[in-house]
Amino acid sequence: MSYPDVVVVGAGVIGAACAHDLACSGLRVVVVDRGPLASGTSAAGEGNILVSDKEPGPELDLALASLRRWPDLLAALDADVEWEPKGGLVVATTDAAAPPLRDFVAAQRTVGVDAVEVGDVADLEPHLTKDLALAVHYPQDAQVQPVLLTQALLAAAARHGAALRPGVTALGLDTVRGTVRGLRTSAGTLPCGAVLNACGPWAGELSAALGAPISVQPRRGMVLVTAQLPAGTVRHKVYDADYVGAVASGDGDLQTSAVVESTAAGTVLIGSSRQRIGFDETMRVEVLRALAVKALILFPMLATVSIMRTYGGFRPYAPDHLPIIGADPRVAGLWHATGHEGAGIGLAPVTGRLIAELMTGVGPHVDPSPFRVDRPGVAA
Amino acid sequence: MKFTVDGEPQVAAPGRTVAAALIAMGKSSWRVTRTDARRRGVFCGIGVCFDCLVVVNEVADVRACQRFLADGDDIRTQYGVESPR
Repeated sequence: MSYPDVVVVGAGVIGAACAHDLACSGLRVVVVDRGPLASGTSAAGEGNILVSDKEPGPELDLALASLRRWPDLLAALDADVEWEPKGGLVVATTDAAAPPLRDFVAAQRTVGVDAVEVGDVADLEPHLTKDLALAVHYPQDAQVQPVLLTQALLAAAARHGAALRPGVTALGLDTVRGTVRGLRTSAGTLPCGAVLNACGPWAGELSAALGAPISVQPRRGMVLVTAQLPAGTVRHKVYDADYVGAVASGDGDLQTSAVVESTAAGTVLIGSSRQRIGFDETMRVEVLRALAVKALILFPMLATVSIMRTYGGFRPYAPDHLPIIGADPRVAGLWHATGHEGAGIGLAPVTGRLIAELMTGVGPHVDPSPFRVDRPGVAA
Repeated sequence: MKFTVDGEPQVAAPGRTVAAALIAMGKSSWRVTRTDARRRGVFCGIGVCFDCLVVVNEVADVRACQRFLADGDDIRTQYGVESPR
């Protein structure tokens, strides 16, 4: 019997991307998840693939590297994942918000982000309010259906020999002299050479159970889903420039910022909210109301549109808002890939490749040091 | 209670949902999808799936399984996307 080289814990988009790249590198991979495949954070977002919301720095470097990889990855997956290179449109709705956005854009352009100020938004978004101080078009932004993407990555991993084990809960590590020898699970012990913790917002809990705690916390978000609208009603990822501040904020209170986009199914998704309330899944009407109010400022025509449903989820965030990608220095054979906050879908391709490179000893295609596990505040 | 369905006068006992009234008339579908014009009626029956959408008094996207019939309602087939209006 041959044991897996790596057990990936977590069948979300990050675990799936890592499993895919590890399997393509020739490693024997098993993916376990305590629930169904692609049923957590990856099933509770909007499928954002954004460069527009990232300031120059390590996360934008990751996003740009991911962007370069999407064409080949999509071709290799050979599945319909509702990929839409629709571009983003970031708007300042007040005079005060315009200069910071302009500065932000100027900094982004120096590192390879395409961003163009738009004088008249009517051609790009006919239903968008004309009452704007500034609008910036980001043609590199894109969107994907995140569950389809995760399933496609897992299916491709399976074609390269990976085994998928939904309904299997990781419980702890078997170690010998500080080195991983197996993963204890609800289905017995899986002997293996390495364990990758890709549990998104639950990665903190798992890391504690594995004896090597890292600081990853959940950040609640909620989304409104409208009835189907005519094609072309909302064409881009349209969001208020104050979204960037809400993402970067460490504030625990409720933050909302209008983010509006359509899906291939014809619905319009209205986000976004951020709240640090642990894993509380309570439906919060005041959050939904705030989302609706802000969306109407951008798209007044949404006032007569029905809301079909709402959903919410938990983003995984680290104290410094950077992903955690790499080996755990405390236990040989333990790895982490989590903490992508609201950017995990977009950053999945680069994360999978980076994990595979680091595990197999290939020179990494991006600098992994900003994402190392033993940075301040992450490995407790 | 009197109402109309696609312009045709109808009568039903009070206390029925729009879906129940339509089913009682022998109908199984009252919407056509925006893609490929497929026929749709009740699927889940409990307000979750949004498949039974119908136009009631010129308001589109009404869930037939959740709305109780009111006297004088004007109910008509929903053709694909009719919102916003």
